[in-house]
Amino acid sequence: MYSFVSVVSAWAIPVLIVLIPLYAAYRKVPVYESFVEGAKDGFDTAVKIIPHLVGMMVAIGVFRASGAMELFIGWLRPMLVHLGVPGEVLPLAILRPLTGSGSLAYTADLIGQHGPDSLIGRIAATIQGSTDTTLYVLTVYFGAVGIRNGRYALKVGLFSDLVGFVAAVAVCLIVFGTAG
Amino acid sequence: MINWIWLFFIAAGFAVAAVQGNIEEVSKAVFDGAKNGVTISFGLISILVFWLGMMRIAEDSGLLDKLARLLRPVVRLLFPDVPKNHPAVGYIMSNMSANLLGLGNAATPMGIKAMQELQKLNPDKHTATPAMCTLLALNTASITLIPTTLIAIRMNYNSANPAEIVGTTLIATMIATLAAIIADRWYRWRLAAKSAPKG
Repeated sequence: MYSFVSVVSAWAIPVLIVLIPLYAAYRKVPVYESFVEGAKDGFDTAVKIIPHLVGMMVAIGVFRASGAMELFIGWLRPMLVHLGVPGEVLPLAILRPLTGSGSLAYTADLIGQHGPDSLIGRIAATIQGSTDTTLYVLTVYFGAVGIRNGRYALKVGLFSDLVGFVAAVAVCLIVFGTAG
Repeated sequence: MINWIWLFFIAAGFAVAAVQGNIEEVSKAVFDGAKNGVTISFGLISILVFWLGMMRIAEDSGLLDKLARLLRPVVRLLFPDVPKNHPAVGYIMSNMSANLLGLGNAATPMGIKAMQELQKLNPDKHTATPAMCTLLALNTASITLIPTTLIAIRMNYNSANPAEIVGTTLIATMIATLAAIIADRWYRWRLAAKSAPKG
C-alpha cells in the first residue's frame, strides 16, 4: 500500500510537467510564452489570500496560545485515542466545510507546530486538500442564480465532507503508519 | 457563519487567557499569527506562479477541452435530466475538468455558467433542481489531482518530501466524491419516488 501510494505521489507531478508542454508543442503552441502568460495570475492569487490568512492565523493563534484549543481538544480526545486518531486534527473536521481560509490557516498552523512530516501534519494536509469548502460553494453557486431552497444539496455536501475526513485519516494511518 | 467562527476564536481565546493568566502569550500570538499569514501567502507564490503557468499551457494546447470531452459520458450518466445538446453540458464538462486540475479560479466561473443554464430548465426559479444539486455535490467534494497549495505549505516548512501527500489526497478525494455521488443519487431517487403519482 505504502509503496503504491508513494509511487503515485512521486510520479504525478513530474509526468504532468513533462507531458503538458510536450503535447502543447506537438499542437504548435508557443509553450514558453503561454507559460509566462498564465504564471502572471499566480502572483495575484497568492497576494489576494493575504488578508484572509492573516485574519484567520491571528484568530487561530489566539485560540491556541490562550489554552482554549487544548481545552477543546481535551474534551474530544478520549473518544479518538483508541482509534489512533490525533485529537489535534478534529477541529479541522468542523472548520473545513465552513471556511476555506480558516481551515487552510489551521492546517498551516498544525504543520508549523508539529512539522510537515509528522502524522498530524500529513493528515491535516490530506484533509485540507481532498475536499472543497461546502458552505462557500453552496453560497456562490446558488447565490449566482437566486436559488433560495437548495433542497438536499447541503446535506450531500456535509456528508461527503465527513466521509472525506474519515477517509483522509484512515488512508494516512494506513500509508504512513502511527509512527511520525 | 464565518464572522461568528472568527469572533468565537478571538473572544474565546481572550476569555480563556484571562482565566488562565497567560494574556502576554496571547498578545504575542496576535503578532505571530499575522506574520505567519503573510509568510505563508508569500510562500505560495512560487508554486502558484509555476502551476498556473503550466495550466495555461494545458489550456492553450486544447488539453482542457480534450479532458472535458472525455468526461461527456460521465456527465450523461450523472445528469440524465439535462438534454443531450444543451449548453449546460459543455459548462459542466469544463467545470469538472478545471476542478480535476485544481484550477479553482477557472472552475468557479464555469460552474456558475452551468448553473445559469440549468436555471433556464428550472420550472421553479427559487428551488434547486436535482441537476443543480448534482453539480454542487461534485463541486463540494471536488476531485483534485494535485493539491498545489498544500505542497507549497509543506515546502515552506521544509518537508523532506512535499509531494508525499499527493497519493493520500487522491484516494481521500475519490472516496469523498463517490460518497457525494451516492448520496446525491439516493436523494434524487427519494425525490422522484415522492413526486411520482400514486396508483
